[in-house]
This record gives sequence, structure tokens and C-alpha cells, in this order.
Amino acid sequence: MKKLGSRLLAGPYIIWMVLFTIIPLCLILYNAFTTFEGRFTIENVMAITDYVNAKPLLLSLNMSLVVTLICFVLSFPLALVLSKYSKNKNSIIVMVFILPMWMNFMLRTLAWRLILLNNGFLNKGLGIFGFNPVYLMNTKAAVILGTAYDYFPFMLLPIYNALVKIDKDVINAAKDLGATSFIILKRIMLPLSLPGIVSGITMVFVPSMSEFVIADMLGGNKVYLIGNVIEQAFNSGYADVHLGSGLSLSLMGLIIISMVIYKFFDKGEGGHGIW
Amino acid sequence: MHKCPLMFKAVTVLIIAAMLFSSCGRNVEEKAENQIVVFNYGDYIDRDILKQFEKETGIKVVYEEFLTPEAMYTKYKNGTVKYDLICCSDYMIDKMIKEKEAREINYTAMEHIGNIGETYWKVSESFDGDRKYTVPYFWGTVGILYNTTMVDGVPGSWNDLWDAKYKNNIIMQNSVRDSFIPPLILDGCSINTTDEKSLRKALEALKRQKSLVQSYLVDEVRDDMVNEQAAMAVIYSGEASLATEYNEDLAYVVPKEGSNVWMDSWVIPEGAKNYNGAVKFLDFLCRTDIAEKNFEYVYYSTPNQSVLDNIDEEEKEEDTAIFPDENVLERCEMFTYLGPEAEELYNKLWKELKVVG
Repeated sequence: MKKLGSRLLAGPYIIWMVLFTIIPLCLILYNAFTTFEGRFTIENVMAITDYVNAKPLLLSLNMSLVVTLICFVLSFPLALVLSKYSKNKNSIIVMVFILPMWMNFMLRTLAWRLILLNNGFLNKGLGIFGFNPVYLMNTKAAVILGTAYDYFPFMLLPIYNALVKIDKDVINAAKDLGATSFIILKRIMLPLSLPGIVSGITMVFVPSMSEFVIADMLGGNKVYLIGNVIEQAFNSGYADVHLGSGLSLSLMGLIIISMVIYKFFDKGEGGHGIW
Repeated sequence: MHKCPLMFKAVTVLIIAAMLFSSCGRNVEEKAENQIVVFNYGDYIDRDILKQFEKETGIKVVYEEFLTPEAMYTKYKNGTVKYDLICCSDYMIDKMIKEKEAREINYTAMEHIGNIGETYWKVSESFDGDRKYTVPYFWGTVGILYNTTMVDGVPGSWNDLWDAKYKNNIIMQNSVRDSFIPPLILDGCSINTTDEKSLRKALEALKRQKSLVQSYLVDEVRDDMVNEQAAMAVIYSGEASLATEYNEDLAYVVPKEGSNVWMDSWVIPEGAKNYNGAVKFLDFLCRTDIAEKNFEYVYYSTPNQSVLDNIDEEEKEEDTAIFPDENVLERCEMFTYLGPEAEELYNKLWKELKVVG
């Protein structure tokens, strides 16, 4: 009976999952494989290979890889420093980095718009010091910047959590045996924080892959991502819900495939025991 | 074996939830007699008017807003909310009337309907041929808003949007049909053409223009022009008038080749629950004092003749975006609904433009 009781605790979530994950997924599956008249088709799923859809997809892929890389390069060293100086998980320094998440992300993106505009804060500041203005607004760079900014905490936190959990004795033992800081980083910190890095990468890469709002706000609608294509399919009135579902499904498929490949390599590395 | 009771409980909870939801639905239906559900563009009415209507008639107004006609249509078709009144643009109303989604409006029950000027009924005929289904709300033109300090002379022609001098200084509308207005008109085509060859030619012109365009925007056009982000922008007259109020260097012109004239009108959709309440609300909007108040707030061109008569000539001359010359209307054309095939074509061409670059 005890077992049943603990299982029941999952009840609310199961209801939630059925209502908001399983049923919508089934709807997308159904719409993706049917035409407007309700006949079966694979055209919607295959539409991803069309030039007008494939090009935005490649652009999305390209940009989310860059965003993930930027986030990782920024957050790993920071997480190292934070984990060293903040013994307490609730330390103020960590909070400072999470603080922006307390504000709505649309507002934060809007703020970036005001900064990057041709005569925005950035160029006003540059002007004061006599530099030439930079025209970042409505470019890919602006979208990458905005996305990286928004997803940065999602990379930082998992890596930080993984690093904090590393037993200090392991590091001290390595030091005793004469390991340099670089060796410690390479053979202890990096491998032991790998689960955090993996979840950080997934949490940044996957959502930025289907991002479209930031591209709208900072890209001036000149940067056309796969998320924009799908949004247009659902929202443009000549609403092609079927095409939109098909494209979403192929995007989901691609993400799942890339995660499987990733997991495979991840396991492979673990199996060969690099530490 | 433990799974069975769990499933049983889960199903029970679902059934209870469903019952709760359905009983909520019933409550709303009972209330329908005493409320109207209104669906309108964002920030397109003086909210005080809603309160005044509630106070005078005792009918509660549930007010909802949408961003684009397309988004409105998707939500309306979805059918979750039964709207009693929808305000939308000409071509979308055209579509709704053609799809038999609009109910005839009982004009005889409206005391103040005579305030709407004959000119505007006539303009409305392009989508409501029998004058049965709509009540005009606001109207306007599409033109170029330009910054007099950044542009030499007056950009009196759509061709100025292709002038390499203004590279990265042009803002275009981020909506399919609006962005096709300039190239189609320059090519001597109707803005309602469905001929693929003409549309392809227009697309090529837009592709050529893309390297000059700073951004494709909808709501931000006005703000960006006020902040002097760009020299020229394709914009609706109402937005242009507001922009010129914030920044005195801005001016609005309807290019000499002609343009699009648009009309936002009210329709009572087929699924309306409170038809009489909706008619009452429309009549209220036409009443001179209410229409005047609303005009002051929205400040788009009003079709209400009694309001227009009360405005002095000086104000009319000052703001040509809101009070255009008669001859401007003559060279403008209204959008009509083009049918699903042409819509699909437009959508395809639009995507082709978007992936360039």
C-alpha cells in the first residue's frame, strides 16, 4: 500500500502530462500526417527539405550552435570561480547572475533593442568616447547576442551545481600527488562536471533552435529562422496548421536524433574512462 | 497490479475536472443575455466608452484584443470564445462575409446610424456590396512617413523606396499584402491581382530592395521613426499622424502613383450570443458624443460625418494624414479577399522574400 501511496503522488503530474504533453503531441502528429481534407500525406514532414524551409533550418542550427558555444565559453570559467568562492549554494554572487531571470524575458529583449538601436544607448556611449557607431540592430549578430544573453543562466546553473558537488578531497588528493591546475581541470573538474555541461548544452541548444521571438525583436524580421517559419504557418491566417505541424515534427525529430548521437558519444567517452 | 487503481483515480479526477469545466461553460451561457464579447485591434477604442456603455445599458462588455487580422481569424475560427462583435479590416471582413460568417445588421434598430457619411458606405461597398453586414469604424490610407531632415524633398513616389541613397534607412511593413503594395502599383497592377507573373515580378523588385531595407516591422514602425532610426517607412495614415505629433520633423505623403485605402468595420459574427446587445453597442459607437470622444482617443480618420462637421477647417488642413484630400481617395484602391489559392501563393512568395540574404 505504501508503494501505491507514493505512486499516487505522481498523479497530478500525470494528469498534467496527459493534458499538456501527450494530447498536444498526438494533435501535432495527426496534423503533420494529414492534408487539409484529412487525407494521409508525408508531404508536410518532408517539406523541411524545401529550400524555403531548409535554409532557415540551417540558419537556426548554425545560430544555436554559436549561441551554445558562447554560453559555454562564458559560463564554465565563471562557474569555476563561483564554485570556488561560494561555499554556500544560496550565496549572493550566484543570485546576482540569476537575478535577470526574475524579469520577463520579453522586457529584457526589448531592453536590448533600446541598447542596440542605431542611436541607442550603445552608440550614444561610443559617441561620447569618440568612437564610430556600430550598426548591430537587425543583424544576425544582434539575434545571437540576445539569445545568448537570455539563455546564459541555463548554462551557468547546471555547470555550477555540478562543480559545487565535486568533493574537495579529490582535488586535494590530486594536488598532493603533484597535479598541476591544468591537469586538475582537465582530468577531474571537466569529467566530473560533464553531466552539468550536458544538461547545460541541452537546455541552451534545444530551445534556441526553435527560437523566433528574439529574431523578430532584434533581427527586424530580416533574420528568418525555422521558428519564424513555423510561427508564420500557424499564425498567418492562410494558416497552414498541417505544414506547421509537419515542420515542428521534423524539427523535433532532428533534435532527438542529435541528442541520441550526443548521448552515444557521451557514453563512449565514459566507457573508455578518460579519467 | 497497482496500476489499475491509479488509472481509476486519474480517470475519476479527469471526469470531475471535465464536469467542473462544463458547468463553468453553462454559467457563461446564462450570462450571455447580459453581456457582449467584443474583439478588436489592440488599443483601438477609448476604454471609458466601454464603462459608459455598461453604465447606460447595464450590458457588461467583455473586451478582447488581437494583433493582426490573421491572428483574429485563427482565434475566431477556433470557436472557444463566442464573439458578439468583431472589428477588423476590409479584406478580412470580405473573407468573413464570403464565408457566411457575418450576420446581417438590423440598421433600422440603430438610431444614430445616419451619422456615418455616404462616402464611407460607398467605399465599404468593395467588401460589403449589399450594405448589409458592416458598420464603418475608422479608415485611412497607406503611405510613406519620412523624416524631413534625412530625406531630400518629398518622397512623392514609391520609387523612392528603391533609392540606394537610403540604404539601411528604409522600414517596410512586415505583412504580406502591405509590402506588395509599392511594387505592384509601380508596375501598374491592381493591388488585388492574383496573376502569378505580376506577383513574381513584384517579388523580384522586393528582393532587390531587401538590401536597402533596415527592418520589416509592424508595431515598432512608429516608434522607430519617432526615434529617428530611419529616413522613410511604409505606414498606415493613423500611425503616421500620431508619429508626426511626437516628432515634428516627420511628414506623411500618399505617393502620386496611388495606394491602398483601408477601412476597419464592425461585423456581428455568425456565432454571436447576444445579437441585440451587439447592435445596441454599434449604435452607441455611432452616437455623436461617443464617436467624438473615441475619435479624439484613437485619432484615425473617422467615417462619422457629424463628428467631421464639428472639426474646424484649420485642424483639417494641419493634419493631411487624418483628413486627406478628396482626390487622394480617388487614386487609392481597397484590398479585397483573394481566395485561398492566391493567399497560398502570396504566402509562398513572402517566404521566398524572407529567406533572401
